[in-house]
Amino acid sequence: MKILVNGEAMRTQAKTLGELCAALGHGRCKIATARNGDFVPATRRADTLIAENDKIEIVAPRQGG
Amino acid sequence: MMLEFYGTQISSRLLIGTALYPSPQILSDAVKASGSKLVTVSVRREAARARSGQGFWEIIKQLDVCVLPNTAGCRTVKEAVTTARMARELFETDWIKLEVIANDDTLQPEIFGLVEAARILNDDGFKVFPYMTEDLGVAEKLVAAGCEVLMPWGAPIGSGQGLANPLALRTMRSYFPDIPLVVDAGIGKPSHAARAMEMGYDAILLNTAIAKAGDPVKMAKSFAMAIDAGRLAYEAGLMEPRDMASPSTPVAGTPFFKLGDAS
Repeated sequence: MKILVNGEAMRTQAKTLGELCAALGHGRCKIATARNGDFVPATRRADTLIAENDKIEIVAPRQGG
Repeated sequence: MMLEFYGTQISSRLLIGTALYPSPQILSDAVKASGSKLVTVSVRREAARARSGQGFWEIIKQLDVCVLPNTAGCRTVKEAVTTARMARELFETDWIKLEVIANDDTLQPEIFGLVEAARILNDDGFKVFPYMTEDLGVAEKLVAAGCEVLMPWGAPIGSGQGLANPLALRTMRSYFPDIPLVVDAGIGKPSHAARAMEMGYDAILLNTAIAKAGDPVKMAKSFAMAIDAGRLAYEAGLMEPRDMASPSTPVAGTPFFKLGDAS
């Protein structure tokens, strides 16, 4: 299915947000996620289903002012 | 008295941003030299298979300081609220420097969205540090929304202009004597920081002025000294300025006093 990850279009076979993060190599990294503008806690990724045209954000710690 | 945010004591009145340094090592050295115990951080998109966040987080953990995540770049309430929630999970803190930005040229706070987002986040258990204008009406609404810290800008972010509206900042200090007030953004020189501290501000948050200095480590130390000096001066009580001169050397006993024209 086609989705947007961090603003970029991609195709994925992942059914859940957890599978998507693993497929993108974020498995054990310090990341946080949102689906269609709403925060999805780490504990909910495994049971958060992904649908066609979903907008996913995957973020990590970064420098800030 | 020590600086306190939401019941947590912070032993330095310099809060420092972690962006724009020439290298991670200089960032670490500058934070250490500044004596700062609270640094701001952010969240950004992580590319597939990237580990950039991990590396940065290790550096920050080694500094052994409090972190204050921001919502920099957010332009709507929803973006800011979701970013805050992602930051809370990532950094394991309910502190959030709330930014809702109105426009890219001035990076001016979007105050209507700011107040709304502050209310949502305070209700959700966050401890909100709002980046705001120096407007008293906005300040009152933020306090009513549950904010126990206010962070008015000195001037636009990264501009180094200092305190653009000192009168309003003074008024805010008198109006909210018991709320920790932080000048956040626009500070360019240690003298700007000292000036805000002399007015009775509780702390200064800055980034660019240190990170972009020729020698960030030396500049960090310089800001720390200026902020200490300003705070000490405020506690000591500054003299009232006056229009006319007033001699400091005793007048009594002045040689040749009242002898008239001796020539």
